[in-house]
Amino acid sequence: MASGVKPRVKVPKSAAAGSAITIKTLISHKMESGQRKDKEGNVIPRSIINRFTCTFNGKSVIDIKTEPAISTNPYFQFDATVPEAGDFVFTWYDDDGSVYDAKKSVAIG
Amino acid sequence: MDFSRRETIALGLGAVALSVMPFRVAASTEEVIAGFTGGADVADGGVTLTAPEIAENGNTVPITVAAPGAVAIMIVATGNPEPGVVTFNFGELAASQSAATRIRLAGTQDVVAIAKMADGSFVRATSVVKVTIGGCGG
Repeated sequence: MASGVKPRVKVPKSAAAGSAITIKTLISHKMESGQRKDKEGNVIPRSIINRFTCTFNGKSVIDIKTEPAISTNPYFQFDATVPEAGDFVFTWYDDDGSVYDAKKSVAIG
Repeated sequence: MDFSRRETIALGLGAVALSVMPFRVAASTEEVIAGFTGGADVADGGVTLTAPEIAENGNTVPITVAAPGAVAIMIVATGNPEPGVVTFNFGELAASQSAATRIRLAGTQDVVAIAKMADGSFVRATSVVKVTIGGCGG
């Protein structure tokens, strides 16, 4: 599914150096599980986000492997340490090969 | 022994439910867990799994896991057609080994969290979630 996918990320604009911040991410995606059937009884093929990663200045924060049991519009919340000012990069990997990303900058202060 | 129409229908429905349900669980939970732990022993405790006791809608069940000192946490839904749910791998900048997400549950079942600790050991926590409406569709 390459249409209508919109990543949303909530990150504080600034943080004290070395402090922990909470990050919330959501991406609009139907996450078709491959278990459902259409009106004619045919199985609807699986189409999900199968991996999500978050990095800060190139260093890994979290790497999540997802399966069809993740709900529609996958939501993740986790904590990250901010050692210096920089950019968070969020990446979602779709079954169909599409890659969606988002970037958020954090200032120190 | 006479069956009324109503009793016959009820029996029939019961039989169908019984015959269908065990098959859907067939994809083995044990295999999924072994794939993550490599067959190592899994101790209890050391990981916290927060899930609602009753989930009205199995399509979106909020869960939170936390395991201080873990490098990875896997969530397994024992009653789903595919037991694997999600695996969190924590990187060097993860401030805490905890994460929250929303999952699908096919029905009332045990949800298991297994954490891989930094020293290579494994710990688990189990939580029973009652699901009113399953989240797997037709």
